[in-house]
Amino acid sequence: MPRYLLSFYQPQGDIPPREVLEPMMRELDALKRELEGAGEWVFAGGLHPPSTATVVRYEDDGILMTDGPFAEGKEFLGGVTVIDVPDLDAALAWAAKYSRVTTLPIEVRPFNEMRR
Amino acid sequence: MAVLVRLLGDIDVAEEAVQDAFLAALERWPSAGAPPSPAGWIITTARNRAIDRLRRESRRDDRHAQAMQLLAADESDPLDEEEGAVRDDQLRLIFTCCHPALAPAVRVALTLRLIGGLTTTEVARAFLVPEATMAQRLVRAKGKIRDARIPYRVPSESELPERLRAVLAVVYLIFNEGYRASSGDLLVREDLCREAIRLGRLLVALVPNDPEVMGLLALMLLVSSRRSTRTTAEGDLVLLGDQDRSKWDRAMIAEGQSIVRQCLRLDRPGYYQLQAAINAVHSDAPTAAATDWRQILALYDQLLALAATPIVALNRAVAVAEVRGAGEALALVDQLSLDDYSVFHVVRADLLRRLGRTGEANTAYDAAIRNTENVVEREFLTRRRENLNHLA
Repeated sequence: MPRYLLSFYQPQGDIPPREVLEPMMRELDALKRELEGAGEWVFAGGLHPPSTATVVRYEDDGILMTDGPFAEGKEFLGGVTVIDVPDLDAALAWAAKYSRVTTLPIEVRPFNEMRR
Repeated sequence: MAVLVRLLGDIDVAEEAVQDAFLAALERWPSAGAPPSPAGWIITTARNRAIDRLRRESRRDDRHAQAMQLLAADESDPLDEEEGAVRDDQLRLIFTCCHPALAPAVRVALTLRLIGGLTTTEVARAFLVPEATMAQRLVRAKGKIRDARIPYRVPSESELPERLRAVLAVVYLIFNEGYRASSGDLLVREDLCREAIRLGRLLVALVPNDPEVMGLLALMLLVSSRRSTRTTAEGDLVLLGDQDRSKWDRAMIAEGQSIVRQCLRLDRPGYYQLQAAINAVHSDAPTAAATDWRQILALYDQLLALAATPIVALNRAVAVAEVRGAGEALALVDQLSLDDYSVFHVVRADLLRRLGRTGEANTAYDAAIRNTENVVEREFLTRRRENLNHLA
């Protein structure tokens, strides 16, 4: 089955307070169990903020490193989930559930599984 | 085409195969005569050509696998395909073309190209974009369908109403694009209207007894029936009230009205049905003065309850003016924020004119002229404004 990357985009600024975050986390756990139960869960992880990122670039005169994310924006990649489902409709249905729970926009992209 | 997309599982491969088959037909049919079932012949030939093509390209493993899969799958003669099965394929392809994961403009282009059978050149001309741009847009869309695996199937019962709405919206968009004739090649645009109606008929056949599907077809027929009287021979715009009703297309009106009556019996009113019903009332009136505005207002009340958009509210206000007077209508119009919409200013100008507030009407016409890009509309509005000052 094709795999899809669900990317969670978070706005810059304060993280929601604990009383908002905790029930959200519980619902996210429930969603994960639901995905596992369906045999469609592959991987998931949340990320530290973009300020912790480093970009590494190989150039002719050596390795160049820059402090910070590749692209600065009002939103940043907060975490990812990889799922293994029959088609885009199934992937979009999971994304809709995650978006409802997290209130975040989620980008759905298919992995390129071709080995050409 | 739809059958081949299912058999081959790839829109690009299917398109190439159909082209190959038509070329073969051009070579063979003039001398050998057309086969008894031309469509079946095209499908069989296209399928065989696709297998040849995939084999030729089979140094790529997955292409080879695709060819083998095609050989193994569905060995049955496509000539025996039941008509029902072909219809199902067509419906699947429509839902793929109108998938919500595709941008609306892309849905329209794909539908015209793959369901309507327009060439890329024709689609590009209809939407006034360079052919290369349209070709690229279509390639990208087909790439997304393939790579993101937009499914090729009729949506499940629970998703169907929403997905069907998206399909109807695409057809209505095609129709409006053709009807508004906002600019560009007029002929191509009329083709768009005809194509939208053809798609509407197809949907009625594919999704029978859905009142909204029927309502959309009725709406397009009723609006289209007035097409030839909508502009003068010189191409100037003529308002509904001033049109020569004897030149309305009676056959289209009869068909549209009969569908509206069928919808009424199903008794599940919706967005398109109500608009069709409003247009049916206009079609019923032998003269503009004989228009049953009370009924139109009642229908707009229903429509507004269903779709409370500013545009619907604006159209309803026009009916309010006829039933309860321009003053009451103006109060409603002034609550709307549609400053960028030229029709909003036209309606205001007309109401102000009726109330004898000529100066304000003048200003409103100026705003309307500023907000339209359509040359015909602009000329029409300029004339209206001049008339106003002439009378004053």
